[in-house]
Amino acid sequence: MTTMTAEAVKTEDKRLFYVADEHEHGEGGSTLLGFWLYLMSDCLVFAVLFATYGVLGGSYAAGPSPRDLFDLPLVAVNTSMLLFSSITYGFAVLEMQKNRANTMLLWLFVTMLFGGAFLGIELSEFAHMIHEGATPQRSAFLSSFFTLVGTHGLHVTFGIIWMITLVIQVWKFGLNEANKRRLLCLSMFWHFLDVVWIGVFTFVYLMGVLR
Amino acid sequence: MSTDAHTGHDLHGHGGDHGHDAGHPESTLGGYLTGFFLSVVLTAIPFWLVMSGALGSKEATAVAILVLGAIQIVVHMVFFLHMTPSAEGGWTMMALIFTIVMVVITLTGSLWVMYHLNTNMMPMDPSQLP
Repeated sequence: MTTMTAEAVKTEDKRLFYVADEHEHGEGGSTLLGFWLYLMSDCLVFAVLFATYGVLGGSYAAGPSPRDLFDLPLVAVNTSMLLFSSITYGFAVLEMQKNRANTMLLWLFVTMLFGGAFLGIELSEFAHMIHEGATPQRSAFLSSFFTLVGTHGLHVTFGIIWMITLVIQVWKFGLNEANKRRLLCLSMFWHFLDVVWIGVFTFVYLMGVLR
Repeated sequence: MSTDAHTGHDLHGHGGDHGHDAGHPESTLGGYLTGFFLSVVLTAIPFWLVMSGALGSKEATAVAILVLGAIQIVVHMVFFLHMTPSAEGGWTMMALIFTIVMVVITLTGSLWVMYHLNTNMMPMDPSQLP
């Protein structure tokens, strides 16, 4: 096959075939765009869960309502944990741009602590609710609440696992191109989770207490 | 500093005709701090509005916190996610606009249809009869 085309090029070397759009991509040149597209599809997942909560959020089945369950000062603390983790991840990215691996790892560690604090507060809130009988099986409101907030919490969990793997990667192999790319992807993931949380605390917690 | 971040793009080895040469914009300390400050303010106000009931009516408070939430999402997009129309040759912005359209259709469609379904359903128990 290759010899045939080689001959064809020899005999008719004036005719050149090439696709204008295809060219060499540097390794990982399109990773960030691809990851952004994944985040957008994830955004649709959350949109569907928000819509489900919006439809079912008022169906208490004579069970507890948001006003009975939600503790707004605790949610405010939780929100600030996630916001702090966003800015500390930003500091980590700034250190990464300056190729300072050690301070970068330090900021990543602080980000993990804030992320872990967020998860801890959320899990204790869930445990408290379930202890009071407000389980996901209690009413449609609680099913949709646990699905939406739980999916967000699961994302944060995987974000922290990803962060731990990247800490090990950077620790062993340093700030090479591949690790920088991965850190930028996780940066997008982490900030995206904060954006989703804005929707959660506004639409679920604050609107729920207002209802 | 910008040469560091663009070494990945230099690997392409060709000129400005490349589709996503604009790449991802550089993060700056000022940008992150501005975003953080705005986010703190835009988070504190809605919590204060709901917890103090300062606006009086529930409807006004609901509209206010939804608007503040939308503004904060834009702040995060600009200062933390570095969304610009030129990033990756405009493809991230294109994907974002498409996603926003889908999200708006999903949310408003579901809420609208299901609200009317609920109000037009037969009453489930005698107490709901007019």
